[in-house]
Amino acid sequence: MTEIATRLSAPARAGALTGLRVVEMGFAAAGPLVGKYLANFGAEVIRLESRLAADVFRTTYPPFKDDVVEPDRAGMFAFYNDGKRSATLNLKHPKGAALARALIGRADVFVESFTPGTVARLGVGAETLRADHPELIVLSSCNQGQTGPHAFHPGYGSQLSALAGFVHLLGEPDSTPVLLYGPYIDYVAVGYGAIAVLAALERRTRTGIGCTIDLSQYEAGLQFLTPSILEFAANGRIPGRAGNADAVAAPHGVYRCAGADRWVALSVWSEAEWRALCDLMDLSGPPTLSGRRAARAELDAAIGRWTATRERDDVVALLRRAGVRAAPVLSISELFSDPQLAHRGMWPAVTHPAIGAMHVMAPPFRLSATPSLQERPGPTVGADNDHVFGEILGLSLDERRTLERDGVFE
Amino acid sequence: MCGRILADLGADVVKVEPPGGEPDRLQPPFVGDIENSERSIPWLAANVNKRGITCDLTSKDGRAVFARLASSARIVVESFAPGRLRELGLEDALRDTIVVSITPYGQHGPLAGVPGSDLEVTAASGSLWLAGEEGRAPVRTAQPQSPYWSGMYGAMGALVALRSPVAQRVDVSAQAAMTTVHPPAPVWWDIAREEHGRTGPFLLGRSIVGSRFRNLWACADGFVSFAIQGGPIGRHTGRMLAQWMAERGAVPPVIAAIDWDRFDNTTLTQAQVDELEAAIAPFLRSLTKTEFFSEVVKRKMLGYPVGDASDSLADPQLRARDFWRTQVPANGLPPLRFPGGFALFDGERPALRRPAPRVGEHNAELYGEAGVDADELARLRATGTL
Repeated sequence: MTEIATRLSAPARAGALTGLRVVEMGFAAAGPLVGKYLANFGAEVIRLESRLAADVFRTTYPPFKDDVVEPDRAGMFAFYNDGKRSATLNLKHPKGAALARALIGRADVFVESFTPGTVARLGVGAETLRADHPELIVLSSCNQGQTGPHAFHPGYGSQLSALAGFVHLLGEPDSTPVLLYGPYIDYVAVGYGAIAVLAALERRTRTGIGCTIDLSQYEAGLQFLTPSILEFAANGRIPGRAGNADAVAAPHGVYRCAGADRWVALSVWSEAEWRALCDLMDLSGPPTLSGRRAARAELDAAIGRWTATRERDDVVALLRRAGVRAAPVLSISELFSDPQLAHRGMWPAVTHPAIGAMHVMAPPFRLSATPSLQERPGPTVGADNDHVFGEILGLSLDERRTLERDGVFE
Repeated sequence: MCGRILADLGADVVKVEPPGGEPDRLQPPFVGDIENSERSIPWLAANVNKRGITCDLTSKDGRAVFARLASSARIVVESFAPGRLRELGLEDALRDTIVVSITPYGQHGPLAGVPGSDLEVTAASGSLWLAGEEGRAPVRTAQPQSPYWSGMYGAMGALVALRSPVAQRVDVSAQAAMTTVHPPAPVWWDIAREEHGRTGPFLLGRSIVGSRFRNLWACADGFVSFAIQGGPIGRHTGRMLAQWMAERGAVPPVIAAIDWDRFDNTTLTQAQVDELEAAIAPFLRSLTKTEFFSEVVKRKMLGYPVGDASDSLADPQLRARDFWRTQVPANGLPPLRFPGGFALFDGERPALRRPAPRVGEHNAELYGEAGVDADELARLRATGTL
């Protein structure tokens, strides 16, 4: 009786994607973060990796726990790959490629983010896989897409963000642009990659047919710049840097507060907001938005004089109480103590076998009935070999030992 | 944007606006600089591929007719202030529908309901903190980004929710969305207690002695993204740069002296980095963006020009992949180049199927599909409900 009762109450909380199996091969952020989001909602996501060609997030990119450079102490990998399983496989070994094909054959989705042509050379290209499993969904995500004259050009996300036009729009007018922190465009491609996979799953539910998805991180990024492109196409003007000026709101800016590197952001969109700001700061200026846009420099200086002697959080509270849109410019460390992000559970606490207590990142959308499940950080190398090769592929202990000796699990 | 992405994927997305159209239709800039409800560029960008109706949700008749229409929908996307759907009495009607709610800070918590625009949510996400020159005010991307991030995550959330058997709420926070766009910085804080900040055009790279490397450089007609890097591709890039400089004249001695097979950028002091960068700067300044781009591609070097909208439209790779789509964005307007679908599905790019709707363009068609007959439609029009 007890056993039955246990079974009835046992199922772990089910996620919206529980039952979905994803196999992924890739490196850094652009491919693997797709799998992270799927894992967060209950998909079983298996990272196939090799000690012979480890992810740069395991080997090269700091921070490492206590500065000890070891694959299992890499913060970037642990953070980006939460909720996944890891299995090691040497795909250059013929038996390794065969095992990879067998595993992917038992999966719903295969995600890869290598240079075009790499997975085909390793024997796990989309054509080969889907010939045997037409219902499989394959997402290939790379810099410039699988085809075209620049398909094989190497590139990092931070530089691709420059090519696509994001950097051109960041900084003071008539001055050198500044960088977007990190490989901005990669995360745009992650979102579109996950969307593409989920849309293909929806179609498969109706048709039974899988899909081969060719995602160019460059093309995904350009979606976020559609208005700039239309502005040039329609009016012949090339949008550029504008500091913190807005096409509508005025005032609209970031102002220094008391203390070191403390700033407040505020914007005024209506006459009521303008009057409230004037009352609070004892300002005067043109009553219309267009008049205030023209008087931007003087207004910004006057607001800056008012904020410079006041505490940032006091300024934000006063502005919000007065009905003016305002927010503190939060530093990165402050994100971990921000009450609103905390309320949403933005940083689930997890324990990593080598790193210890750490946090991972929640998806920025919350589902009311099947919330994200985030209990494990990124796996250590090969942590799930027994599960993957034993339980999923059904290899006996002896078979696995032989393969291990032959270097197939390197 | 959430609806736009779902529409691009083939969903039948209906834009519901108040009678007369939504205020966002007057967001500048405008096609041909003529300010009207069919020419707003940001609005057109977000609403192609949709059908459009008008409906006064503040009236009882409006809510009733909306409920009939929504009963056939699997997903409803809304961006009212938190609690507004309940106030309108629409929650019951949407009980079996996935409701995606997109707000500045989310449906619950101390800031739920606090108004915020792109600037404020970007400030509250850490993104603004990381963008700009050291010691100077943080800067925002001139084309607002948070509506795109929030819309994209809304679409992702809707599609995750579609896999679940229960209809549920998808609560998107723009602040949280913008918190996801710079993951290395939170990891540095979480694992190493190191606070990253603004560095202008420089990156710390992987220096173990704290040196920073220039990533944006002036060229003859703009800027290029380039850096002195290590690793196999970085060393190849350096070797190719020296060869390229030699072909164009002379290699500065400090560059010529480098053994690229052993080059390691992680241990260079700032003085060494500055010396190398001073030697490279005049060379990059002599090149146009186009020259730089074609040579780095030919030589398989890391680096790209800092592109703008005109460069994107001229890009040979995008042309070869047939990326651009030409569409008349609204009746009476000239055809414009739009970015094509975001990925190829079995080799096919999702189509631009229809222009953005005029105000109430599909009222008759859609209310007809929902079973509203001609007499009732006439009555709803007469009472101002549509």
